[in-house]
Amino acid sequence: MSVLVFIETENNTLKRNAAEVASYGVALATLLNTSCKAIVFHATNPETLGQFGIKEVTLVSDAPTHFDAHAYAEIVAEHAQKNEFSQVVVSSSADAKYLAPILAVKLQAAYVPNVVNLPQSTTPLSYKRAAFTNKAFAYSEVLAANSVIGVSNNSFGVVEKNERCAVVPSSSASPSTKLEQLSIEKVTGIATIADADVVVSGGRGLKGPENWHLVEALADVLGAATACSKPVSDMGWRSHDEHVGQTGKPVSTNLYIAIGISGAIQHLAGVNSSKVKVVINNDPEAPFFKAADYGVVGDAFEVVPKLTQKLKEFKA
Amino acid sequence: MNILVCISHVPDTTSKINFTESDTKFDTTGVQFIINPNDEFGLTRAIWFKEKIGAQVHVIHVGTSAADPTLRKCLAIGADKAYRIDAPATDGSAVANELAAFAKDHAYDLIIAGRESIDYNGAMVPGMLSALLDMPFVPNCVGLTIDNGMATAEREIDGGREQLKAHLPIVIGAQKGLVEESDLRIPNMRGIMQARQKPFEVVPSQGAEAKTKDVSFEKPAPKAAVKLIPADDIDQLIELLHKEAKVI
Repeated sequence: MSVLVFIETENNTLKRNAAEVASYGVALATLLNTSCKAIVFHATNPETLGQFGIKEVTLVSDAPTHFDAHAYAEIVAEHAQKNEFSQVVVSSSADAKYLAPILAVKLQAAYVPNVVNLPQSTTPLSYKRAAFTNKAFAYSEVLAANSVIGVSNNSFGVVEKNERCAVVPSSSASPSTKLEQLSIEKVTGIATIADADVVVSGGRGLKGPENWHLVEALADVLGAATACSKPVSDMGWRSHDEHVGQTGKPVSTNLYIAIGISGAIQHLAGVNSSKVKVVINNDPEAPFFKAADYGVVGDAFEVVPKLTQKLKEFKA
Repeated sequence: MNILVCISHVPDTTSKINFTESDTKFDTTGVQFIINPNDEFGLTRAIWFKEKIGAQVHVIHVGTSAADPTLRKCLAIGADKAYRIDAPATDGSAVANELAAFAKDHAYDLIIAGRESIDYNGAMVPGMLSALLDMPFVPNCVGLTIDNGMATAEREIDGGREQLKAHLPIVIGAQKGLVEESDLRIPNMRGIMQARQKPFEVVPSQGAEAKTKDVSFEKPAPKAAVKLIPADDIDQLIELLHKEAKVI
């Protein structure tokens, strides 16, 4: 019944979400009265997982150097089977959501995605998970002996443990790949919607793409990612990988600041699982105020620069 | 080229979500069902292939006859044939296994499913299907071209894009970007009339077993009222975010 945590890397160092999935895996193992180990590909700092209570990590070096879901799933599945791990914990990143279903088939495991908490019960295992694009939660019972658990971003949090973590090199052979990677483009140095602690998002209220410097300046002070509403991406003001909402990207961040977004139900669904929502809108009747924690009724063109300036002073 | 598009039948994006029978069942009262938006982006691309390079486009759904109007709509916007596997869609694993059993008996070059359904959001059916069929899989697909038996697909990743290439057959997880919202088709009268003549087959279930069971549902706790901060007192907002919410 032991627990294996799949840790992701970025440029050969552990991704930020490693802290939360490792913390979750360790807590799950404690609850199930078993041990928790980790597996990671091509990492230079795997021993830092000790910080979150992982005592042993398997380091795989003989595998494609870029994330290859098919090859990685095969290696993780083989490792899990050989070492009798019955619960595999992964994150909710794009890569983890790519890997998990393939891994679940290989392990004949149940896959429970978007899990927001530790199991409600252990016999049978039952998890609370987000569903209906965050408009509801489902309690899902696991009917299989093995399971793959996808932990929702920013749902469980990080638990510091400060254990010593042993690094065990893996000896598995690299499987053949099904997909040839032609190219990869990735922004560097700025926060992405998936990874950021803070997301600053703009809507039609900003009147045009030429005013986005307001959003960018505020995001810059907060180290935040920028996002936008659906109409904004549909009109081509911003590229649609910034579109958050039901058919766009989900946002599950600590702080979500919405500027000039009225708050259509589809948008709210996509951002609902963010912890704190701040809404700046000149229309006091905007539906977003009902879903917000803090609101400022006012002209974005005045409020946002003032907020940016004050935050600069606050951070200084 | 033979294309199979997997269709999920989901509550309209504007639906209010409620549950009945002591929160164990989704309440369909007053809910309008639509083609899952991510599936519709995929179907639209499939029809584009049909028109540009020639293809047979089949749509398939696992579930009850409640989804038949949704499948008819797929035929009306250009699919050639619809299948419904007559099995309750108990969980993603059961659906993927039903689809895989069907696809094994048919030679599809391209299988498209939505990135995820907007109801259960599992994002698991296309990936599981690819693993069951031992085919390459590209999720979050925002670009797809096919040339000489090779597929070049673009995958949206956190903070960028990745271009991947593979031999057909391949499984794709479709999303917005594969086609634009403005490319989506609205069925016209001719399409609706033609759809009535198109083949629609109900396939018996293979009896695939679920690996999870949703035992109950819950709506998020109602939110406390918003704290409104005067536009001329931004210091107060910063104070609240720092001391009360502890997010900055």
